[in-house]
Amino acid sequence: MEPKNQQKNIVVIGGGPAGIEASRTLDSLGYTVFLIEKEDRLGGHLARWDRLFPYGTPAGDVLGQMTASMGRVKWFTGTEVTQLNRLERGYNIILSNGMSVLADALLLTTGFSLFDASRKEEYGYGIYDRVITNADLEDWFSGIPVPAIDSPRRIGFVHCVGSRDEKVGNRYCSKVCCATAVKQACEIKEKFPDAVVYCFYMDLRMFGRGYEDMYLEAQKKYGIIFVRGRVSEVSEDKDGHLFVKAEDTLAGKPLRVTLDLLVLMAGMTRNTAVAPIVRALELSTMEDGFLKPKDSMTQAQSSYAAGIFYAGACTGPKTIPDTVAEAKAAAMSINEYLRDND
Amino acid sequence: MNYEGKKKIWSEFQKEIPDDKYFYARSCIRQNFNPGAEQAFLDIVRNRFGKDFYEDPLHTTCGGIAYHSDTTPEETSMTIIARQFSLMNQAGYRNFVVSCVTSFGLHSEILQTWEEHPEIEEKIHELLWKACRREFTKPDFLMHSSDMMYHYRFLISEQAKYPLINVRTGEPLKVVEHIGCHYSKIFPSKSVGGAEYPRVLAGLVEALGGSVVDYPERRHCCGFGFRQYLVKANRGYSLTNTYKKFESMEPFHPDLIITNCPGCNYFLDRWQYVIAETTGKTYGDTPGYGIPVLSSEEVAALVMGYDPWDLGLQMHQVAVEPLLDKMGVQYDKSAKYKGPGGKDLGVPVSPANIRIF
Repeated sequence: MEPKNQQKNIVVIGGGPAGIEASRTLDSLGYTVFLIEKEDRLGGHLARWDRLFPYGTPAGDVLGQMTASMGRVKWFTGTEVTQLNRLERGYNIILSNGMSVLADALLLTTGFSLFDASRKEEYGYGIYDRVITNADLEDWFSGIPVPAIDSPRRIGFVHCVGSRDEKVGNRYCSKVCCATAVKQACEIKEKFPDAVVYCFYMDLRMFGRGYEDMYLEAQKKYGIIFVRGRVSEVSEDKDGHLFVKAEDTLAGKPLRVTLDLLVLMAGMTRNTAVAPIVRALELSTMEDGFLKPKDSMTQAQSSYAAGIFYAGACTGPKTIPDTVAEAKAAAMSINEYLRDND
Repeated sequence: MNYEGKKKIWSEFQKEIPDDKYFYARSCIRQNFNPGAEQAFLDIVRNRFGKDFYEDPLHTTCGGIAYHSDTTPEETSMTIIARQFSLMNQAGYRNFVVSCVTSFGLHSEILQTWEEHPEIEEKIHELLWKACRREFTKPDFLMHSSDMMYHYRFLISEQAKYPLINVRTGEPLKVVEHIGCHYSKIFPSKSVGGAEYPRVLAGLVEALGGSVVDYPERRHCCGFGFRQYLVKANRGYSLTNTYKKFESMEPFHPDLIITNCPGCNYFLDRWQYVIAETTGKTYGDTPGYGIPVLSSEEVAALVMGYDPWDLGLQMHQVAVEPLLDKMGVQYDKSAKYKGPGGKDLGVPVSPANIRIF
């Protein structure tokens, strides 16, 4: 640890896994780190999740490990950035708690927003009671009551809700939904062993280590029925059951099923709350609204502006391991920047 | 079902509808099938509400059916519609309202094409000039007649004599609203309420006291589908689609079907006859009579106290009398088949399985 590093202030905006991991790493390098989170708790979306694919690791354990060793990191929850000023060297950041920090470097770990599934009107989220999202289901797995889940016998999962969808303006893949759907399908099958569970997918992107095993287990052990085709519309019958139309592209036929529960795999979208920061710092964004790094190959954690860095899903959808790795990489990039500009 | 969820979607598909001063274009098929609907629309807006709706006898078909059955190229339809706009310009109007959903869809498609490809609009200016020495400017607003019924729904409600309430039970009538595909499925943003949960007829029904039936095949095509029907060999598809809708709505016991499209109105009405004659089955809670199918203007006029036979409701296959009785409408049963001046129009032959009065 370089003693002089302690005189350098680094502000990390966003207290999700990327922000926490980067803060820990920067702290271990001796820097003075201020971690700002607008919600009342650290953890971001991870704090709402019950278990993580592919091994069913409890999300709380992962978050607990990360936050157990925050070192000297000064973290503030329920706090927002109210003003950002670029200085000759560094940035002046004014917080909603009245604090003002002179930062030598700024790391944005502002993450993503969960796609608003009600925008896919044809799926009926917010209209039909038995249509829920992946996040709602995680709530239920965590023990939070979800009235729609009442001993369902036929359950459907719709992949790619708000992802790979030009109609809603999101052409990109959200990367985590396929694996999340398979994980959740297996979990709910464990809760309701007699239920028939369908997954409606475009194609399954099982790219990570252990994902393919999870997918095979879903078929062999849990008997999940994978239907390659998109759901076209959802409606409700007289008894409140869901009437779902889809296409089975492998069979080359339209398909209709009556379900008791439909889970929409809402994808990741840009975090709109970060817009004032983007404007204030004149940052570049990509066509889909995510922050644009300086170079996607070798400088994925750097912005075009001096002293501003990115980590995690603010530059696009990422898994937790990707996010953690990128957070550490961002910390190292900041370290190099401060060393070279000392 | 969460009504608030629908309201959230409706709020995103609002449409600016000018209150007055329209050039009106009739539907070529509706004038033949249900001429009273056109007449009722004009009478309501002009004489009940005092609005300025101009009609030019020189206007023609839009060519929509020919276009959708691939018998005329798009440029022909564009030139025909450009001529309608020219007539509108000549009469001094800037708002255009069409009576037919197919026509509304085609007008919308053409205006959007011109928006995205100005060179095509330029070509149509040339073609119209060569064809009939006319020039045109596009309308400021394009409306469908059901948009106007929606816009005036509270005025209609204020003059309601027979609201959509069952006088025997005091309960709202259960109404299936069927939206023509070309109203909002092509351009949801040009409709009232969007494509998935259209508001245009639901809003009218609710304003007039009825309740809307949300049944599983609500979005499905009526069965017309142009080539499904126009190609004789495909008519089984047309009938199958209609049958699917009736089977889906049956458990909800609807009292009435309201449509905004002349083709949908015709097919949902007439195919009930074919279904009854081929399967022996009729729908609705008046055994043997089927479910009446009316246009938005016919429903509005009926609610406002127009005589059902002046409206031409005897032109519908499915008998409307059970509906009239539920609404408490006062009418002369013996006048159903009398024309102007009491002229005897003749009583149609009663089908075997779907009864008429």
